[in-house]
Amino acid sequence: MPTALETLAEALAVDGRPARIEHGLLIVEVAPDAVAMTAARLAAELAFDLLLDVTAIDWPERPLRFDVVWHFYSTQRRLRVRLKTAVPERAAAVPSLTTLYGSAAFMERECHDMYGIGFVGNDDLRPILLYEGFVGHPLRKDYPKEREQPLVPYRTP
Amino acid sequence: MKPPPLATLPNPVRPAFAPEGEGGPVIVNIGPSHPATHGTVQIIAALDGERVVRTDVHAGYLHRGFEKECESHTWHNLIPYVDRLNYVSALINDFAYCDAVEQLMGVTITPRCRYLRTLLSEYSRLVDHLTCIAAGLMELGAMTAFLYLVMVRDYMYEHLANLTGARVTYTYGRIGGLARDLPADWLTRLADILDKYEVFVARVHGLIDRNRIFIDRMRDVGVISTADALHWGYTGPILRSTGAVLDLRRDTPYLAYAELDFEVPVGIKGDNYDRYYVRMREMDESVHMIRQLMEMLPAGPINVDDHRCTFPDKQLVYTEIESLINHFKLVMDGPAVPAGEIYVAHESPNGELGFYLVSTGGGVPYKVHVRAPSFVHMGGVHKMLEGYQLADIVPTFGSVNMIGGECDR
Amino acid sequence: MTADVRGDPIAHAGGRSAAFEYLTTKKDELVGWARKFSLFPYPFVTACCAMEFMAVSSSPYDTDRFGAALPRFSPRQADLLMVVGTVTHKQAPVLRRVYEQMCEPKWVMAFGVCATSGGFYRNYAAVQGIDRVIPVDIYVPGCPPRPEMVIDGIMRLQGMIARSKHPIVTDTF
Ligand code: SF4
Repeated sequence: MPTALETLAEALAVDGRPARIEHGLLIVEVAPDAVAMTAARLAAELAFDLLLDVTAIDWPERPLRFDVVWHFYSTQRRLRVRLKTAVPERAAAVPSLTTLYGSAAFMERECHDMYGIGFVGNDDLRPILLYEGFVGHPLRKDYPKEREQPLVPYRTP
Repeated sequence: MKPPPLATLPNPVRPAFAPEGEGGPVIVNIGPSHPATHGTVQIIAALDGERVVRTDVHAGYLHRGFEKECESHTWHNLIPYVDRLNYVSALINDFAYCDAVEQLMGVTITPRCRYLRTLLSEYSRLVDHLTCIAAGLMELGAMTAFLYLVMVRDYMYEHLANLTGARVTYTYGRIGGLARDLPADWLTRLADILDKYEVFVARVHGLIDRNRIFIDRMRDVGVISTADALHWGYTGPILRSTGAVLDLRRDTPYLAYAELDFEVPVGIKGDNYDRYYVRMREMDESVHMIRQLMEMLPAGPINVDDHRCTFPDKQLVYTEIESLINHFKLVMDGPAVPAGEIYVAHESPNGELGFYLVSTGGGVPYKVHVRAPSFVHMGGVHKMLEGYQLADIVPTFGSVNMIGGECDR
Repeated sequence: MTADVRGDPIAHAGGRSAAFEYLTTKKDELVGWARKFSLFPYPFVTACCAMEFMAVSSSPYDTDRFGAALPRFSPRQADLLMVVGTVTHKQAPVLRRVYEQMCEPKWVMAFGVCATSGGFYRNYAAVQGIDRVIPVDIYVPGCPPRPEMVIDGIMRLQGMIARSKHPIVTDTF
């Protein structure tokens, strides 16, 4: 008897290959243009009703520099799915999931702040953790950790 | 040096809407340093009379660069940073983080450690809920209840300081175990404190639950439905206050929760009063769990015997070359975590606290990402504020319990 | 005081007679004594240190014993700015504005290592000590400081206030 996770892995097969299972979690890797469709399937068909998290990983030496990562949870199945896609630095944009999940709005803003990933369809990408006037994206590996951008000029103590 | 004039101070945020002039809504700015909002959040509200028509919530005033800081510390050394995410219940952060690293390394913790972590997680949850309720009540003017609850909390702080050495930020979790075992008589004092807790909380129930002012401020204010709550990513007590029986401790049990007997309290309407009451009931459940765990706590070591992550005994470090090298390696290089990715979630007092770790093999993480419940909650809090009165922002925001450290990281 | 205090002391300030020196010293002592026991703190609370701030100001430790218990949530009514927790670059303009809004005389306490020096946050986001943004009178290190330490800090600040000059007219007023 396949477990619930394995059945789901079959259902989420990409190009005939079932999704990977790792540390009790399903990993679906898709191309950027399949993100919206996969997410819609997760939300509507497969009852993944919570979008937990949106983030990215920076691999500066790869041609497809950024991995964008979503985590979903289904309160009925009690399973988690990780959706991943890779985008290059030049066209660092993926579709926004704000129409499916309201919670995506803030998390996408954060991801945009930190990595500079664009989310097509989210028209409110103002800084949320950073501030107006901050130049660069601090979580990119090439942003020096200690480069400060003070809003109030430092006084001499 | 003469300070520059005020007018030149830049505004760190850009509001989503501007005043519309005569006849339009009045725009009021609340925060980020406001007495009635605990935490540094800024709410820009458009008002029609006293009614809030639109809000623009800005977080990030406490963004301290946690994730960047993690990328330059070894897996062990970033435990103090993890502590300061949700600083009201630092131990739960510690254990969730350690759990994630251990799973990535394939380490299984010892039974004593597992039960002790569960016990301390519940103890932390008590502290967190006490703080949240105390602060929320104080904002409504219930000073007596605040002093009662903070009194109990202070017993707990001193008690935890006895175990960990610090009152608020414990740095007590270790990868593969805990910093030290319980001191003598710690459990006796714990039983004492739980009894005291019951006395004080019974008084608070008496003062608050059926208080007319309190009910008027809380009932049917800040209502959210289960569907909306899920849509906006709510988890934890807020989601449960809408009537959804969802709790990671029961749904996907971790640590020793599968062996415990406890209930998942839920609300009916999803308003402020329900959130208050769900938290009160959860504290009772936590006490119930702690009492069971005190009975169940097995003897044995608290650290796994695995040289990849556990520090060797100090005595051996001084006398034996292998242990010395092992110690040196662990300090300088950090524990060797195999390459891979993992997402581990624990039920924190505010909701699902997830750690997403990426390792490329080696002692320093490639990426540490925290799925912080408070941050996600801030994304949907406008649902609870709009349509109510300006004064309702205070209790509603209090019942959401936004914690700056984890919200802004 | 039995001495005759008629006449405007400032008008005689050029004279610097012994009697005048004596009177101003006594006046400074009196005003200092009054001011040190009537501190009205404005808690600029941001982060984890707030947990200890709550403990300090409620029953177990009770700063009321030192005349510093009643927080004023309007900077215009406060004379002690307690900066409790990390100040980030995003927060710095707000802190500056609050400070500017406070009336003289005012004192600033940096509560916790983050406010003192940035603490262990050495990165793009955290201000490396609030003294880069506003002047500070007393630093209370600790992460977070124990309540006893905060009380010690308050008492030292009171000592400083008692010993300092309290001119009636200052150069900014
Ligand atoms: S000094 Fe420590 S406890 Fe205080 S705000 Fe900074 S990190 Fe938090």
